[in-house]
Amino acid sequence: AGLGLAGLAGQGRAETLEPNSFEEITNYNNFYEFGTGKEDPAQNAHRLTTEPWSVKIDGMVDRPGDYDFETIMSEMTVEERIYRLRCVEAWSMVVPWNGFELADLLALAGVQDGAKYVAFQTAYRPEEMPGTRFPVLDWPYREGLRLDEALHPLTIMATGIYGKPIPNQNGAPLRLVVPWKYGFKSIKSVVCITLTDSQPPTAWNMAIPNEYGFYSNVNPNVDHPRWSQATERRIGGGLFAKRQPTLMFNGYEEEVAGLYEGMDLTRNF
Amino acid sequence: MQQINSALRHVPIWLVYLLGVLPAPALLYAGVTGGLGVEPIEALEQRLGELALQFLIAGLAVTPLRRFTGLNLMRFRRAIGVLTFYYVCCHLLVWLLLDVQIPAQVWADILKRPYITIGMAAFVLLLPLALTSNNLAVRRLGPLRWRRLHRLVYPAAVLGGVHFVMLSKGFQIEPRLYLAAIVVLLALRLRLPGRGATRGAESRQARGRSRGESVHNPVGKASDAESAWSMRP
Repeated sequence: AGLGLAGLAGQGRAETLEPNSFEEITNYNNFYEFGTGKEDPAQNAHRLTTEPWSVKIDGMVDRPGDYDFETIMSEMTVEERIYRLRCVEAWSMVVPWNGFELADLLALAGVQDGAKYVAFQTAYRPEEMPGTRFPVLDWPYREGLRLDEALHPLTIMATGIYGKPIPNQNGAPLRLVVPWKYGFKSIKSVVCITLTDSQPPTAWNMAIPNEYGFYSNVNPNVDHPRWSQATERRIGGGLFAKRQPTLMFNGYEEEVAGLYEGMDLTRNF
Repeated sequence: MQQINSALRHVPIWLVYLLGVLPAPALLYAGVTGGLGVEPIEALEQRLGELALQFLIAGLAVTPLRRFTGLNLMRFRRAIGVLTFYYVCCHLLVWLLLDVQIPAQVWADILKRPYITIGMAAFVLLLPLALTSNNLAVRRLGPLRWRRLHRLVYPAAVLGGVHFVMLSKGFQIEPRLYLAAIVVLLALRLRLPGRGATRGAESRQARGRSRGESVHNPVGKASDAESAWSMRP
């Protein structure tokens, strides 16, 4: 477990994480395209057609185009990464992802000099996604990373959980996982990746800019306006689960703090 | 409608209390045994809050239902009101004991987070209503003052609906439907120009016939009003 991560996470931290059960990981999801309830995605996401699937990679890349999912998989090395997942709603899980580094996928397309940001889009198919019939968010779901965040070795595109293909409710067939950011940054069911030189608009930031910043790094010292981020509840503890302290950068401070050196994280939340 | 109303007169109030109370222990049991999914605390908190709003809306619907359809649920209104408060308390307790857990943070949340401030304000407004939901209090206060006091349920209802809208993420329909139901039920109580005079006359007439009768009683059935207030000597 944690093959590629062991060196990165240091002190064998990855090894000490006890993953949540497959059932927990796949039955408690925020995927508003399938409904705003936590169990709606598990109930409705089977409607999503994931075969065939292609990812359009465009913008400031040498080889723009539609990359077929199978083709991508044949080029990538899939490994297991056991990561903490911290939702902005103050709950958390530990998920054993299978996936490849986003940097490898971007290398496939060839990032051009001058690209500074990576923008992502989720599939938007009203006929398959009952939640998109309501204007909960300005569909399609959009997310973005600074290029150095996107190229960081902790940033992966996940294609599996527990060695199985990733279930639809968790973002099939491939999704972003950025473990030091709040979960909503880890955009699901990605259909489009665009390299740009300007900060791309992101769905939650567009909806409520004072609550959801572009960076959205897990930070126990900067509260969400509607709730504290100092503690979190680990899913699976039952009705009497105790809250536990939230770690800076979700426990990946050693690896990623350098990305934000000199930045005021209270302003760039 | 007359038949339904007379059938309803045979439904004992205790049955309403019993059926109304049961969902809370049933939810708690489901939460302990895994019936509420993998995150039972949030689910329990949310379901209890929704039940509170549902009872609140049911209570607000009693008067308009009687006025517009003739269905008379006045006898059950106190039970519905007390059950509303019961679910508000359950919801609050789950939030305090299971969700936030940390006393210092409870205060911080009440002061700092507007949706919690608003929810707490609704609870505080309902507190005197719950305390005076007994015959002795009605007698002590007198029907007029009692009724005035119990108008606090109107602002409390709005605050409860706003609380739900504010805590939901994104533009969600369900919380807005709850708030809309509350606003509509309150708006139905406004005296419309033209109708106000007749209704005022009706209620004056009604009051003349039987003290302590509901102001919103266009039909003026004294017997129903009596059972509504259940305070006849």
